[in-house]
Amino acid sequence: MRDYESTFSKVILVLFSMACMAFFALPLLWLLTAPFNPMTTLAVELPDEPSLDNFRTVFKNEFAIRALFRNNLIIAGGAMLTVAAVATLASYGLSRTRIAGRDILVYVLMLFSSVVGGTAAMVPLFLLAYHLKLIDTHVGVVLVMTGGLLPAAIFMMRDFVDSIPRSYEEAALVCGAGPLRIFRDIAFPLVRPGVAVVAIWAFVNAWGAFLIPVVMLRSPNNMPASVALYSFYSEAGTPVHTLVSAYAFLYAVPVLILYLLVNWKFGFRFFGGIKS
Amino acid sequence: MAKIQLEHITKKFGELTAVDDVSLEVSDGEFVALLGPSGCGKTTTLRLIAGLEVPNAGRIFIGDREVTGLPPRERDIAMVFQDYALYPHMTLLDNIGYPLKVRGVSKSDMVARVSDVATELQIGDLLERRPGQVSGGQQQRASVARALVHQAQVFLFDEPLSNLDAKLRLEARAFLKHLQQEVGVTAVYVTHDQAEAMALADRIAVMNHGHVMQLGHPLDVYRRPANTFVAAFIGSPPMNLLPCEVDIQAGKILFEGDRALDISGYRERWGGALKNGRDITLGVRPENISISATEIPGSIPSRVYVVQPLGGEWLVVTQVGAELVSVRLFQDEAPELAEHVWLKLDLDRTFLYDKNGDLLQ
Repeated sequence: MRDYESTFSKVILVLFSMACMAFFALPLLWLLTAPFNPMTTLAVELPDEPSLDNFRTVFKNEFAIRALFRNNLIIAGGAMLTVAAVATLASYGLSRTRIAGRDILVYVLMLFSSVVGGTAAMVPLFLLAYHLKLIDTHVGVVLVMTGGLLPAAIFMMRDFVDSIPRSYEEAALVCGAGPLRIFRDIAFPLVRPGVAVVAIWAFVNAWGAFLIPVVMLRSPNNMPASVALYSFYSEAGTPVHTLVSAYAFLYAVPVLILYLLVNWKFGFRFFGGIKS
Repeated sequence: MAKIQLEHITKKFGELTAVDDVSLEVSDGEFVALLGPSGCGKTTTLRLIAGLEVPNAGRIFIGDREVTGLPPRERDIAMVFQDYALYPHMTLLDNIGYPLKVRGVSKSDMVARVSDVATELQIGDLLERRPGQVSGGQQQRASVARALVHQAQVFLFDEPLSNLDAKLRLEARAFLKHLQQEVGVTAVYVTHDQAEAMALADRIAVMNHGHVMQLGHPLDVYRRPANTFVAAFIGSPPMNLLPCEVDIQAGKILFEGDRALDISGYRERWGGALKNGRDITLGVRPENISISATEIPGSIPSRVYVVQPLGGEWLVVTQVGAELVSVRLFQDEAPELAEHVWLKLDLDRTFLYDKNGDLLQ
């Protein structure tokens, strides 16, 4: 009797999961099929005559292309480098110092950044950027994004840094190395996987950012792809499915490639600290 | 080659005093072991000498130079760590040569020097491997090689043999002693293993709770412990410590259960320090007791508790009142003992300790 019941409940579970997955998978499937269909609609269907016409049209839109291939790279790349650099140095410092309340500081940072994030901080951030003359600059966007991503990044890096035994650095100190040299020769090579994780995570987050760029940037020339997507809407405010899907496809591809790259190079072993 | 001097060194970590007013001098070329249980302050003392910790009070001299405020790299020291601290992402060649690289020595010179030292330590053909690819013993030797390559004046060892298995430990111990004697460098060696300290050191500093309990040649520390802590810590099996009372008039030492030890002929040995007193502890090593089947002058009655064969000797554990007394018998045949025997103590090798645990002399 028990066997029957468990098989039955397993079947229900699988059916339920499939239904949920279908729900999430549909938009993705649409993204894979729609761009190649010159007469695409909201339905997920294989194109009768697959063609690259949509892409050709998209590439004619200078504004959108510049947005994607230049602005997005600047913003996401900038955020990636800044977050990786600052988070690594910060977590290294936090890990190696003995200040009272150090652990609480990190947890409080994490907490605050999740509570006072994005929308809630919009007005103060705008005012701050305005006074610093960072409105409508990529630098401003990168800085704000870094600020938002940093607490979680530091939190992630700390595990990697903590896993380096202190005796490594002490041995290097005795060998005659100074702190910067120790960081370069010993600490950094050993946390490189962690830095890669944080860098990619920051890149992916910044790549999809919409709110901060749309608030902080003014001129169309500076807008990233998330904003430029709206240039493929008709004057009436409805999306032009062919172009939107093609552009979204282009927008998603870099992240997909990155995912495959990371999977190939690191194999998703990074949670739990890597020991080579 | 240099001497080391610690003057009234104190180190606190918050409320905890790890090293309490320790003064110590290590002569040029001497091998001093800091011995004690976990938390006694020996590793902290070593780290203070290295410059990895800064003392709250006191001064440290290496050679004739005061080094108290100086970072490790300016102290001309080399250190071998318990976990070897070999960098996993570098080859052994780069690991051992790191001190030279940091000092700007040319690559060819570095390779030459590292090869020399590595060959001496029998790891010369492993230089292209990473630490993770060699055995524990080889890692340990690589760690020592890195210290040698420094050509520093002082060598500091932080329990370097703890991570090796028992057999390897004995081999490595002999190797380290030979090395230190050959190179003749001043060495400070931290360990919790008293046999290791006895075997390696020219002098041992036994530490507990941040204090040096006794400092001396291994045989002095062994034969004449200055307090009950040292008495119990050094020697395996440890010294027997029996609570007793002294009665000078009667010339006896009294144990629980009215057992008495006649010391009337030995009063001069303890001189004026011997007074009537309770809370006295008598200490005698298991090899300084002999067993008699009959009552003989100067012996204590006891009951045989258990007899253990140890191979080259026998360990007979007896009961005196509630206390267990161990006796080592060096003989091949099994000792034939009745249940009640008498323990004859070698009074020249017997010590009395007052209620604070200090030697009465």
